Amino acid sequence: MESNKKNVPLTIIMCIGALIMVFPFVWMCLSAFKTVSDVYAYPPKWLPSAWNLDNFKAVFDMIPFWRYYANSIFTACTQTFLQVGISILAAYALTKLRFPGMNFVYGFIQSSMFVPTVVTIIPTFFIISKMGLVNTYGGIILPQIMSAFTTILIISFFVTIPNDLLDAAKIDGCGTFKCLWKVMIPNSTSGITTATLFSFLGHWKAYQWPLIVTNSTKLRTLPIGLKYLVQESSSEYQVMMAATLMTVVPVLIVYSIYEKQLVKSITLTGIK
Amino acid sequence: MDKTNKQTLGEKMSDIANRKFMWRGEKYHLGETAAAYTLLIPTLITLIVLFVLPLVMLIVLSFTDYRMTTGQMDFNGIDNYIYLFTSDKFWQAMRNTVFFAVIKLGLDVCLALAVALALDSNIYCRKVLRTVFFSPVVTPVVACSLIWLWFYDPGIGPFNQILGWFGIEPLKWIFAKETAMMSIIIFSVWHGLGYNVMLLLSGLQGISGEYLEAAKLDGATDMQIIWKIKLPLLKPIISFVLMMGIINAFKAFSEVNVMTPDGGPGYSTAMAVNYIYEQAFTNGRMGRGAAASILLFIVIFVLTQLKNKVGGSKEIDT
Repeated sequence: MESNKKNVPLTIIMCIGALIMVFPFVWMCLSAFKTVSDVYAYPPKWLPSAWNLDNFKAVFDMIPFWRYYANSIFTACTQTFLQVGISILAAYALTKLRFPGMNFVYGFIQSSMFVPTVVTIIPTFFIISKMGLVNTYGGIILPQIMSAFTTILIISFFVTIPNDLLDAAKIDGCGTFKCLWKVMIPNSTSGITTATLFSFLGHWKAYQWPLIVTNSTKLRTLPIGLKYLVQESSSEYQVMMAATLMTVVPVLIVYSIYEKQLVKSITLTGIK
Repeated sequence: MDKTNKQTLGEKMSDIANRKFMWRGEKYHLGETAAAYTLLIPTLITLIVLFVLPLVMLIVLSFTDYRMTTGQMDFNGIDNYIYLFTSDKFWQAMRNTVFFAVIKLGLDVCLALAVALALDSNIYCRKVLRTVFFSPVVTPVVACSLIWLWFYDPGIGPFNQILGWFGIEPLKWIFAKETAMMSIIIFSVWHGLGYNVMLLLSGLQGISGEYLEAAKLDGATDMQIIWKIKLPLLKPIISFVLMMGIINAFKAFSEVNVMTPDGGPGYSTAMAVNYIYEQAFTNGRMGRGAAASILLFIVIFVLTQLKNKVGGSKEIDT
């Protein structure tokens, strides 16, 4: 490859594009430290006049922010754990076992992807309320414990594991379930990490369902807490930015660490 | 004594497990089949409870006047559908959604293609640029919406200030009927661009170098390579991007719910899902919401099928 000649004008154009892309985040970071007078100054001030932490304090005074954080972590982790666990079991059966009705089960799982969850949200709410789970953690978690997307993602990792490995384990006396634990999972850790991350980020930003199924302040997850903060802070932008910053930073850190896996999972599931 | 009994039991079990049976002309192991279905139990139960049952309930609910407040449920035939077809708000929401989908996808695919082609070419700091373009995708929509809520503030927002530098009159963004939907679209393009860039980029990197070298030997210019080789080879991914884009556009909810909770000025930003949410959970008319959900599902389904037929490739054929 003749990589010596780099395209400088294009680099500049792309850097301008990148600046536009990060501008909202930069604005958020700067504004989290602004004072009320900075915010209402005209023309708008881009830099805070002093770096003060009052807005962060205000967030904790206005809303039980840590509680929202804990709710988000708890629900997202449970959902991810169940979703990935259930998917691993199903993917193992569908890739490495022979049984009648396999194609039917696979088609069944796939067909569920054709019905977006937004379409079935009303009957799902109906079912959850009949189960008495409205306004509970169970109600937030339950509808998300199975995802055809995650199952198919894990299937795509499991098919790459050679059958010889399994046969060898069987000769060593491994049963069906031991093979899953000793062969399949250790040989696809990077794939399972990818699925876990993908699933977690999806649950972390979940908005519509938690909004519908909870109305108690105690059960709010971060996105719901942020939405209500708009009213509760009576549109005090600088406080909203402090809360947003605290919500976004962990996500961006996780993203920057695991960027490779995330991109891989997108391209894997995106292109078939 | 006990031990031998157990052994015979164990042997019996393995005997049963190893037994074979025929199903539609194929031989299967009994034990393997049992193990497989044991592993599939959680998936099958959740699919039935969370996919099949809701789908059936949705159809049933759409023919009732079920209200959240009273909990009463009586069949009312196709009243809900008649209500929707004669409701201005419903059509407005549908029109908004189509407008959103078309404009957003148009902008999104063009921009994403341009960015992906640039990231695939010989430029500096490709890795950093890639990370930057993708970062909004992983950030929760609600968090991003709060930032943009400020951007769109007509008084103290930075957007109007920037427009002012170019001598452009300040806009009212999400607070005026004419600009509200456009504002939502701009936000949405910013937020979702990276996803499409990443898909297209992986497609571009999958193009075999042989094609490109052969073209260069024939004296093709960079532009010719893009139009004659890269884009045609990207067709399947572009159609995938379009399909996902259409479906996602019809699923849009959060940004509108956060930025314009009541559907915006003159109901100009409410999308199909926002309308359903309003009917079912704000007004408590679950039956109407269910009927609207079914109509939305039909639209999404038809669009998906249509895309599969056409292949979604015509638009980039040059």
